[in-house]
Amino acid sequence: MPSPTRVIHKRIYEVAPRDLERAGTVSTAVRRELLALGMTPDIVRRASIICFEGEMNMVLYSEGGRIILLVRDDRVELLFSDRGPGIADIDLASQPGYSTAPDWARELGFGAGFGINNMEQNSDLFKIRSRVGEGTVVRATILLGIPFF
Amino acid sequence: MKLAEIAKLLDAQFVTGADQAEREVARAFAADLLSDVLAMVQEEGVLLITGMITPQVVRVAEVMNMGAVLFVRGKLPPQATVEYATGATIPLLATGQDMYETCGTLYRAGLLPAKRKGFPLGNAFPHARHP
Repeated sequence: MPSPTRVIHKRIYEVAPRDLERAGTVSTAVRRELLALGMTPDIVRRASIICFEGEMNMVLYSEGGRIILLVRDDRVELLFSDRGPGIADIDLASQPGYSTAPDWARELGFGAGFGINNMEQNSDLFKIRSRVGEGTVVRATILLGIPFF
Repeated sequence: MKLAEIAKLLDAQFVTGADQAEREVARAFAADLLSDVLAMVQEEGVLLITGMITPQVVRVAEVMNMGAVLFVRGKLPPQATVEYATGATIPLLATGQDMYETCGTLYRAGLLPAKRKGFPLGNAFPHARHP
């Protein structure tokens, strides 16, 4: 077991359900934090996209929760944790084009079913755990200093 | 292509960011579906052409570090969104032309499509399951 790397920066953001006025503001805050820490444009862009997709999912579908930004020596981690309703079939929900979005979400330009896939596409390590009736936890990790294709 | 030139070609107005009329955008992407913008655009400094006027349009433009947003079909975003864009220094333009005319005009004038990933469903069809 390698020793855990040093935490450089940690921020916790609350996400309210269905708050469309503020939806996306955590992601813009995360982007600014990472820019201030001197992260490369590629890392900032990937982290921002992951965060935005996760944040929109929480706003549109969850009962609310929080997003934790954790910057370590060798990685940027984004943790999304919500209070439900949980995802019954994670493989299905991760499939590009699969969506359970209601019309009002689609009218806002979201809910095309690329969200989870896009988060994974921009991560080096990606894990979802969920229990129906309890909630979902997503951990998306970007490793610093390794090539990304 | 300079934003000023784009505004002239399309008879578009600056909603905010007129002071950045000299900013260059090399490429453009057009969509109303923000999911597609997030999943496909692969580079920064892109001009986003859209008919969506929700606050999330400008937030997407900010997190993806886009060069400017051009609203088509005569749509104008709410004042709060304009103020947010001003604070984030993202120029907003608006034209009365529709998306097809806008894209055609800019393409003919030499504005190239943004670099993008493969379409998410491009190699999944027809096996992807839908609800």
